[in-house]
Amino acid sequence: SSYDHKLNFRKSKEACLSYIQDAMLQKQWKRAAEFLTSYIESLEKDYSREHVGPSEMIWRIGTEILCHHSHSSMKEFNCFIEQMKISGVKRYLKVCLEHVFHLLCNGQVDEAYQNLSLAESWRFGDQTAIQDKEMKLIQAYKGLLDYYSWSKQKNILLEHGLDGFADLSVEQEMHSCFRKAAVNLKEIIKIPGVWDPFVKCYVDLLEFYGDHNEALQVLNEYAYNSRFPANPNAHVYLYQFLKRQGESKKSLISALKILHDIVPSHELMIDFNTMLQKSKKRKKRRLGLEVIFAALDYAGWKENVKAWSCLARQVKQIVISEKHLHWIKEEWSSRKDWWPAFHFSRYLAKRNWQKNKSLSYEKALVAGILLGKDCKYFKYISHQGCKAQVKRFRMLKKFVNRHNPVFLRISD
Amino acid sequence: DFNERCAQCSEVNWGLTDGGRYYCRSCHNVTERTREVINTDFMTNSRVQTISKGLRKREKNDGGCEWYICEGFQLVLKKQAEALEALGVCPLMKDEILCNFWRCYLQKSKQAYCNRPAGETVKTLSVCESSTDVDSESDRPSVLHLLSLSESEGDLQTDCSFASSMSKVSASTSVYSGSVDGSLYLMKSQKEKLRMTMPMTLSFCYMALLWLREPITLSELLRFVAEGHIPYLNVFQHFPEKMKLCGLDLKIFCVESWPVYEEVHNKMLELAAFLDLPRFPDITDSCFLHPDMLCIKYLMEANLPDELHNWTCRVVKKIGIGEVDFLTLVPGNKSTRKVKYDILAAAVIVVVLKLLFLLDDHYEWLLSDFAEERNKNNKEGGLYFEFKKWYEVVKHSLDVEQKKWDEEKAKYMWRCEKPLFYSVKNKSKVLKRRQMVVNLQNQFGKLSSSVRGAEKPNPSSFQLSWSEENTDGSCFHGHSLKGILQEKCGLLTAMNPDYWLCTVKLCNEKQCGHLAHYREVEFPQSYHFVLRLFSFLLRIQPSYIHDEVCMIEHKLFNKKIYKKLKYNTVLRK
Repeated sequence: SSYDHKLNFRKSKEACLSYIQDAMLQKQWKRAAEFLTSYIESLEKDYSREHVGPSEMIWRIGTEILCHHSHSSMKEFNCFIEQMKISGVKRYLKVCLEHVFHLLCNGQVDEAYQNLSLAESWRFGDQTAIQDKEMKLIQAYKGLLDYYSWSKQKNILLEHGLDGFADLSVEQEMHSCFRKAAVNLKEIIKIPGVWDPFVKCYVDLLEFYGDHNEALQVLNEYAYNSRFPANPNAHVYLYQFLKRQGESKKSLISALKILHDIVPSHELMIDFNTMLQKSKKRKKRRLGLEVIFAALDYAGWKENVKAWSCLARQVKQIVISEKHLHWIKEEWSSRKDWWPAFHFSRYLAKRNWQKNKSLSYEKALVAGILLGKDCKYFKYISHQGCKAQVKRFRMLKKFVNRHNPVFLRISD
Repeated sequence: DFNERCAQCSEVNWGLTDGGRYYCRSCHNVTERTREVINTDFMTNSRVQTISKGLRKREKNDGGCEWYICEGFQLVLKKQAEALEALGVCPLMKDEILCNFWRCYLQKSKQAYCNRPAGETVKTLSVCESSTDVDSESDRPSVLHLLSLSESEGDLQTDCSFASSMSKVSASTSVYSGSVDGSLYLMKSQKEKLRMTMPMTLSFCYMALLWLREPITLSELLRFVAEGHIPYLNVFQHFPEKMKLCGLDLKIFCVESWPVYEEVHNKMLELAAFLDLPRFPDITDSCFLHPDMLCIKYLMEANLPDELHNWTCRVVKKIGIGEVDFLTLVPGNKSTRKVKYDILAAAVIVVVLKLLFLLDDHYEWLLSDFAEERNKNNKEGGLYFEFKKWYEVVKHSLDVEQKKWDEEKAKYMWRCEKPLFYSVKNKSKVLKRRQMVVNLQNQFGKLSSSVRGAEKPNPSSFQLSWSEENTDGSCFHGHSLKGILQEKCGLLTAMNPDYWLCTVKLCNEKQCGHLAHYREVEFPQSYHFVLRLFSFLLRIQPSYIHDEVCMIEHKLFNKKIYKKLKYNTVLRK
């Protein structure tokens, strides 16, 4: 009909929703609750053509309001969630899961565990198969909480030492938690995804019980299986594990290689460079130089003494040996346009000198080599350092002066 | 006296029900055939039977009784008339006028008080529980078809699930409803006999009010409905317990949209013609609905100076819209444009404002500045009307009320306590869901800022009110128009020499539904504001007022328009 402006149920509820949205954005929880009370009627009307139906809306909006409203309590929240679980069977496990998260955020770990157990035993015709993913997540989190229990019991045992039978039950429970946790954690990390906390916990369990092979396999899978999304943490975990196991430098280096590719600014790049510098292989040393230069491209490293000292050490070593100067040249060619302003301005010279003499020392060395003895940074620092009669600065000055020709060869 | 064979069992064994209808004693088939009783009523020679008091119907085993759709509507009308009486309408409306209109309608549409309607037999259709023994006929209309015929809103999904659940129950079950003739009712062609709908109940009410010339305009009536003073939405919850509502009845009695002015008005006109009513009682200049009277009301409500009333009367007189023959409704007369009293009066005020203030977003502010100057320097002799001040005061109030109204619309609760279900199958589901809704509403209701369920405001004729006692100068009723008027040849005229027409050429209303097409961006802001004000007061779209303004302007400037049609629209008066 031509009466488009007619106010009907649907339009009224659409308007209601936008009022709820406005109120929520402005954190007016009482007002949002008021409009939600009117919106709730929508449950009695069929919206199956819509993408997001009213029951889902009410679940999400209601959760937000109950989380923030000053008069709301966990008891009310739980009561609400139980209703939500009934209202949409297709969403049942998802609601359970989010409920569990909420309980965990409020420190109610036991209740969370109970809910997970309940959810795990849920069956509902073909919905069970359809909601398979959520079920796996529920089991995974259950495994995580089992790990948490295991960890607590382990700590109890370690504190009291293994004396007497009193601890036997704790020990048995600990092992039982381990078994439950291990089964679920193992399952979830098979699925391609980002499972950092699960992986860490699982590896911790395996290490404790001495199954290093399995641990290594898990970590390798996690880091190298191409079906899994690129995840820097996977490489970090693998590296840390190998280090704990006392593996060879070769495997440590190989573990960090991809991390450097994905996250050149990672804090482990210092360790990486340190290992690479010491390597006997030329290629590795070359890579080390690349790694440290790449790390210092990032603002977060600008005032990191360790990083600068790594670079300084390597550059110094190359200059003294007079071999592989072209390495420096290669690295410097893409940086010479912007590193001077980025790292070696006069302002930074003053600042670095004021705040951290060691930093300015290392940087001055690098600046002196890369930009020559006449560059602002070096001049300022070495002047200040000599004025203050600090020995190493005098040595630095001599060193750079002696090797000035190197700068000339680098810079052309 | 009645010797026809029964359509179902072919016997001739008739009895009479309490309602006066013939029923077959062998198979209990009830017909529409009634015993004719001669009675006179004030309108036509129709033979009308008095309606028996109470619903002493044959009881069914579920505690329900047989009831017909028209009985349901009759109850609705009764409730509405009672509400109107409570609002102060003369009791004659309920006891005589509305009643008789309704009986006349029933007779004309052959639902009662007449010979057996041609070609229609009423089969006892199953009521919610049992299925009939009637074999399914090949040409029985499909459920979906019936559902789509109703103009009430529904969702496709619920309809489809209802339809499919129907077909699952039993192949031989006919389409069902709580009422006896629900499906038959929906099958009837809309146009043919003016099938009764919920919006039409308001048309009936308005028609009766108009006949009695009660001081309630259609826009007021609809506002009272929207505010809940007159039952409309969920009125079926007042049906007696025995009248079970389900299935297709829902399509007929459950509305999920507010009736719109145009819709109710048009149906009223159709109805008046259908009932062959004579010319309605005269609307004279002492009637509330006369533009001179309505203008007083609207001027007050719009906080405009009383002096403007002289001008509205002049315009009304000049274009002849105060004439009895123009204003009085003659049903069936297609040649005259039907008068919408409230919109007409509002439009007259708009035209007067244009005449005096031009409303071109420039001149009115100029005039206002002059008035302001004068008011500053000269406090005696009363204040001159300042458009700017008026605009600020009224806009503020309008915005506040509009915001309140918009929020009310969004917070509106459509459902009521009485749950509705299409079929027994989904009854438990519906009840469970209702319980959940109630629980959730309680939970969040407690967390709300204001307490709901506060009594609805008392019905009031005025939505905006301004008191002269206010010392803040926010009431403009007593302000003078002196600043904008001048004397010429002993007559007061406006200082404003110009006028702009809303449209040079009127559209053909019958073709496109409007006399003109209003788009806010094409008109001055002040004009839009004034339209918005009356649009809020009357609860209608601004375009309807705009149409009336165009109509009035064309009557007013008839000769000039005819002459100047080729040139631009600014005229010199």
